[in-house]
Amino acid sequence: MLNPAIASITLRAALGRRRALLYAIPSLILVGVSAILRLTSPSDPSWPAYILGTFGFSVVLPLTALIIGTSVLGAEVDDGSVIHVLATPVPRRVIVTTKFVVAAVATMVFAAVPELLAGLIAGQTRLALGLFAGALAAAVVYNALFVSLSTATSRALVAGLTYVVLWEGVLANVVGGARILSVSHYGLAVAGAIAPGHALRPGVGLVAACVLGAVITAGTLAAAVRRLGSFTLRGETA
Amino acid sequence: MTAIDLHGVSHWYGNVVAVNDVTMTIGPGVTGLLGPNGAGKSTLLHLMAGFLEPSRGELTVGGAPAWRRPDVYTVLGLVTEGESAYTFLTGAEFVRASARLHRLPDPAAAARRAIGLVDLVGPMDRRISTYSKGMRQRIRVAAALVHDPGVLLLDEPFNGMDPRQRLHMMDLLRRLGTGGRTIVFSSHILEEVAEVAGTIQVMVAGRLAASGDFRAIRRLMTSRPHVFVVRSGDDRRLATALIGRPAVRGVELTPDGLQVQASDYGAFSLDITRLARDEGIRLRELLPADESLESVFAYLVAS
Repeated sequence: MLNPAIASITLRAALGRRRALLYAIPSLILVGVSAILRLTSPSDPSWPAYILGTFGFSVVLPLTALIIGTSVLGAEVDDGSVIHVLATPVPRRVIVTTKFVVAAVATMVFAAVPELLAGLIAGQTRLALGLFAGALAAAVVYNALFVSLSTATSRALVAGLTYVVLWEGVLANVVGGARILSVSHYGLAVAGAIAPGHALRPGVGLVAACVLGAVITAGTLAAAVRRLGSFTLRGETA
Repeated sequence: MTAIDLHGVSHWYGNVVAVNDVTMTIGPGVTGLLGPNGAGKSTLLHLMAGFLEPSRGELTVGGAPAWRRPDVYTVLGLVTEGESAYTFLTGAEFVRASARLHRLPDPAAAARRAIGLVDLVGPMDRRISTYSKGMRQRIRVAAALVHDPGVLLLDEPFNGMDPRQRLHMMDLLRRLGTGGRTIVFSSHILEEVAEVAGTIQVMVAGRLAASGDFRAIRRLMTSRPHVFVVRSGDDRRLATALIGRPAVRGVELTPDGLQVQASDYGAFSLDITRLARDEGIRLRELLPADESLESVFAYLVAS
């Protein structure tokens, strides 16, 4: 299912450049803010749910996933080097799956692990574990979405940002029904199921989140495989 | 022996026809796809490489369609136009990665062999980002060749190369072509194609304008009618003599010299020098007046 040669090239492209620092910035802020709050107001029990739940799941996690997910395949499509992978008999399904897994794992390292660390810094182990699990789940769905988006449009970053900021950031807060299509709320649902009573306020139930998340992941990846299968090179008259 | 077969293949983008009803069979040896920019050469190569769907017609590589069939890449290698490559890898890593993607039993050995073919063994452990344009092109050829495909397609492989790199690439293509492989490359420069290709397919405005042995096409090209501007020591006397030659269709005296319409480019070029010597007239200038590639191609289409 996975191709080691593609995985290694993708990892080197993603981590070999200064871009890796970019991935780490949102998480560093999260961990930094948690450490400061822990030191300044150690007795206030309400901030971890807000900082790690709301800020973590609606800013840090989606932005990290967006930057990584849209670049693992999108960058190669943009500069044309994807042809070196496509002009081989490797099944398109394997190419998409490999890119997706690398992106999801990288997002877990750069966003889910920091959630866990920040939760532990906050001194709430159960909440930390819940957030970690929720972030792992959300990393999977986000990256399927963003990898797929990068095969559909060369402006995947903008399209993804629009989803994260307008749909999840604004609409999901104003219109309750919008949360049913919000990946960050799926993550919160998982976190809330493990660490109940922490005011994470997920907008969807655990079952709905799992089902919808699985459907979105499978559907967007299948669409990406189909689009990559009919990848076209534009000629001189195009 | 892998052949490429096109039967009535057309491709259009929206309502722009890029390739129009092309039928051809390309077999082993080096075939040059010649034509001016925008003639549809790249589109045709992309169709052959399975990265574009024919809007109409049938296209097969080794007997099976190329579109939406990744298996075709076991017998086909593609070198696209431009310089795209994983520049953060070394040349050897890049070609080895290609070998691993093709699931070759011994990727390292296959990579060494391909790198040897393109003569890059020396710098193969340097990052591709440090390579010159010609080296990049060659390492991309090596990556496309690593699985020893029967068909190799190259889009404008000489673009941006200096003369030395150009000779090197020509030599490489010629060597590859003698091994029974089907090599197809595109170019808009006649000399490049004539130098390397045994067979030429001339594309003009999306259509196959001429096709066949390069000597036949070269003959067509040298025997085409042509206009020359001639300046000499005695234009009027030269005009009188010229009009008596069979290769000359008309002569006009202008203040800037003679305008000569020749019916045969090659014969006229030889004739006029001999004539001037015999008549003792000094030739000052001999300029082909419409030596644009487009006019040459337009003639080929008409004939």
